[in-house]
Amino acid sequence: MASSEKYAPPAPPSDTVAALLAFTVLAVLIMPMLDVFGAIDHFTLNLWGKYLCYALLALSVNVLWGGTGLLSLGQGLFFALGGYMHGMYLMRMIGDQGQYHKPIPDFLVFLGWTDLPGFWKPFENFSFAILMAFLLPGIIAGIFGWLAFRSRIKGVYFSILTQALTYAGALIFFRNNTLMGGNNGFTDFKAELGFSLREPATQRGLFIATAVMLIGVVIFLRWLEGTKFGLVQRAIRDGENRTLFSGYATPAFKLFLFVLAALIAAIGGALYVPQVGIINPSDMTPEKSLEAIVWVAVGGRGTLLGPILGAVFVNMLKSYATRAIPDLWLILLGGLFLLVVLFLPGGLVSLPEKLRGLWQRFRPTPTPAPAA
Amino acid sequence: MRKTFSIITAFFCLFAKLGAEEARVSIARAALAKGESAQGVILNELMGRADESILPLLDAWRKDRLYLYEPTGAPAVPVLLEGAKDGKGAQVAVSVATGKAIGLRLVADDLNSVAHSANLRRIMKAVLDLTDLSSANRAKKLGALAAIGQGQQVEKLPALERRLPLETDPAVIKALREALALVRLKSPDVEIRLAALRELESLQSLASTDFIKSLQKDPATLKDVRLADAARTALLAVERHRTVVDFGGTLFRSLSLGSILIIVALGLAITFGLMGVINMAHGEMIAIGAYTTYVVQNVFANGLALSPFGVSINLPGLHTTGWWRESYFLFALPLSFLVAAGAGILLERGVIRFLYRRPLESLLATWGVSLLLQQLLRLTFGANNVQVGSPVYLSGNWIVGDVLLGWNRVFVIGFATLIVVGVWLVLTRTSVGLLIRSVTQNRSMAACMGVRTERVNMLTFALGSGLAGLAGAFLSQIGNVGPSLGQSYVVDSFMVVVVGGVGDLVGTVISGLGIGSFDQFTQQYSPMVAGALANVPFVGGALQNLAQDSAVFGKILVLCVIILFLQWRPSGLFAARTRSLD
Repeated sequence: MASSEKYAPPAPPSDTVAALLAFTVLAVLIMPMLDVFGAIDHFTLNLWGKYLCYALLALSVNVLWGGTGLLSLGQGLFFALGGYMHGMYLMRMIGDQGQYHKPIPDFLVFLGWTDLPGFWKPFENFSFAILMAFLLPGIIAGIFGWLAFRSRIKGVYFSILTQALTYAGALIFFRNNTLMGGNNGFTDFKAELGFSLREPATQRGLFIATAVMLIGVVIFLRWLEGTKFGLVQRAIRDGENRTLFSGYATPAFKLFLFVLAALIAAIGGALYVPQVGIINPSDMTPEKSLEAIVWVAVGGRGTLLGPILGAVFVNMLKSYATRAIPDLWLILLGGLFLLVVLFLPGGLVSLPEKLRGLWQRFRPTPTPAPAA
Repeated sequence: MRKTFSIITAFFCLFAKLGAEEARVSIARAALAKGESAQGVILNELMGRADESILPLLDAWRKDRLYLYEPTGAPAVPVLLEGAKDGKGAQVAVSVATGKAIGLRLVADDLNSVAHSANLRRIMKAVLDLTDLSSANRAKKLGALAAIGQGQQVEKLPALERRLPLETDPAVIKALREALALVRLKSPDVEIRLAALRELESLQSLASTDFIKSLQKDPATLKDVRLADAARTALLAVERHRTVVDFGGTLFRSLSLGSILIIVALGLAITFGLMGVINMAHGEMIAIGAYTTYVVQNVFANGLALSPFGVSINLPGLHTTGWWRESYFLFALPLSFLVAAGAGILLERGVIRFLYRRPLESLLATWGVSLLLQQLLRLTFGANNVQVGSPVYLSGNWIVGDVLLGWNRVFVIGFATLIVVGVWLVLTRTSVGLLIRSVTQNRSMAACMGVRTERVNMLTFALGSGLAGLAGAFLSQIGNVGPSLGQSYVVDSFMVVVVGGVGDLVGTVISGLGIGSFDQFTQQYSPMVAGALANVPFVGGALQNLAQDSAVFGKILVLCVIILFLQWRPSGLFAARTRSLD
């Protein structure tokens, strides 16, 4: 510990780099190609686009939980806020193609509005909407994080408060008078930047954009892990008080990470909306955020690959199970989570290591190597 | 046949003895009278009479079941046809005037029913309304009085005046005076109106606001200064009283919500304090308690058939009645505690004990359990809410100075007090409590002194879960019982624990009451400040918009206040004193 050597980040294990490379080729090239040639149907590609958005949310959870030991049960709020901000732009792009054929969104017509409320107006501009998709979650995370970390709220208290935060968000968005679509949220989108969302090509483009974003975030996080900042981050996770007493302003570090995580979730949400075609307040309920924790736990917290793997795996399972055995899905989810927490704390990514360990133990002892 | 006949006769003799003979004679006379106006005059005489024979007879008349028996060469007799029909469709004929059978069996289709015009029906309705006034049933009487007052039915004035000296019950007298004053507001005489206004002022009648307001707009009032003055002072007195009543009601609701939060959060606070484990399945323990109450209720009644996973379970019913049936809740209370405590022990032994060194992961594991349990409950009892009836001693209201106190809520407040005292006694006066406190304060030191901390963990967890089960039994009396019952309380109860801290029971009590009152008071008064909120810079409009939805606004404000509160006291009101650093 007391060494005066300059800290050098550990070289990334070669299999991680290989996995990332393989994933890049698969997601950015092969899958869209397969879609173009009709080898997989558009629905499948769309579904995978959704998984990748969830992977971004899982990464956001992991930055806090895996990297810093902060278990936020409210990341769904930032995901949904990013989605809502982008969704407002998409709602404006419907124009007068809605059911009522009025120039304002249908739900506003339904509520008796004839003119667009003031705060909706700037969202016709794509750049503004995207800016807001980052700004709003960022500001909320900033204020909440500042208040929480300066009074040193941590551990279970932090989890409970973030859960209450997303619960409050859901309550606000469930109201019709918030003028954000109430219960039903936003749906029935038509076009993005002039491209019809019905077109497979548009969906393909969105899928590639999501994959690129995900890879970008992974590379950024990998880089961040290697810097001195990443070292302090892990130090906070392993012994916050020691880090604090060594002269690091841990609240500032944690605040930065909390905002960063919120932004990553917001990216996921913003990309989620045009692909899935709906956003509503149920995405803000505490259960959704907890589900994201399950993905990370199942995949393997504290790794970069784990959360992505977990998000894709659990959601594939969900897509299958909610159709095949709808009654048992929650039991399956709860049971899976319970098993992973109890018996596989390292998640799926630690499975090969574990199996190797088991194999080592049961393998017939090899003849002792001659002493070197 | 003979038997039925005599029973009916006996029945009617009884009637005749109880009520005045007069009323049925009058009705018989009216039925025979020639011409609608003559009939109306006779019926009008019945106005305000308390005679139990009026209702069935007039009712029969209105529904075309009052017949005329017209033998040739003899005067017609108005009759009712009673009892079962025989082979020819004939029934026993009972004379209206005497209430006795006339010794004949008649067929309804052969007879003419006594006619009734719209005007007559109106008179009959008025008569029936007034019979409610003299009814022995207090609720019926109060309802009738309120209806007359609200309708300002001037024609009922004499009947009301006749009742006034007869009443003894203070609540009825008050309602009667109120109705009288309200009706008299319509009087053309200024003096009577003035007197009525003064009466309403002294009664502080909440129901009179709208009537006084409309009186103020009356041109006659505008001309008369005295009347306008009296109306203003009366309205002022009523509004002042309304403020007091609203405040009282809010205070009561605060207390009741606070008590619920305390019961729900108490178990959570104890387990969290002892083990540092936030039990996300606490909500499901509540649901288990509520469903236990449901099962007990059904076992006391007709039994229950369940079919989880295609396995059919039939719980036989005891088919109890009367007080036994009503007492099911007293049996359900301890059972809810025991069942939930058992589930808690299973949870602790099966899952949580492996995770004591990892509090965040125990939070997650218990969430997994919560999902499992929720779905199991859904598969066993169905996804819809189930019916849990309130026993008679928990239904009804208690009205104190116009503030409505629901019995079930009064009961919840009382029982929350009992439970808090009980838990306090367990923790401070028993040896188990001593062990629990020692482990809470310093686990390793307690272990060194020979305390079997594992066992204490288990017992504490059982106690905490059992308390959640009790909370569930209460909640079944207040709201719906469904698989996600616990979910709606769990976020709030976490807040109570965070604010109260884990050092002391008192913390939970204060924070439960505090959060409950804050929630209810913001709900009651936020619409009033909504206008002022618009002046806040930048977010004023949004705040005003939010404040109109007082329930949501209250919850969000509670959260904000809690976050700010934690700036001041990061580990709650009562933190366990310790020198250790994490």
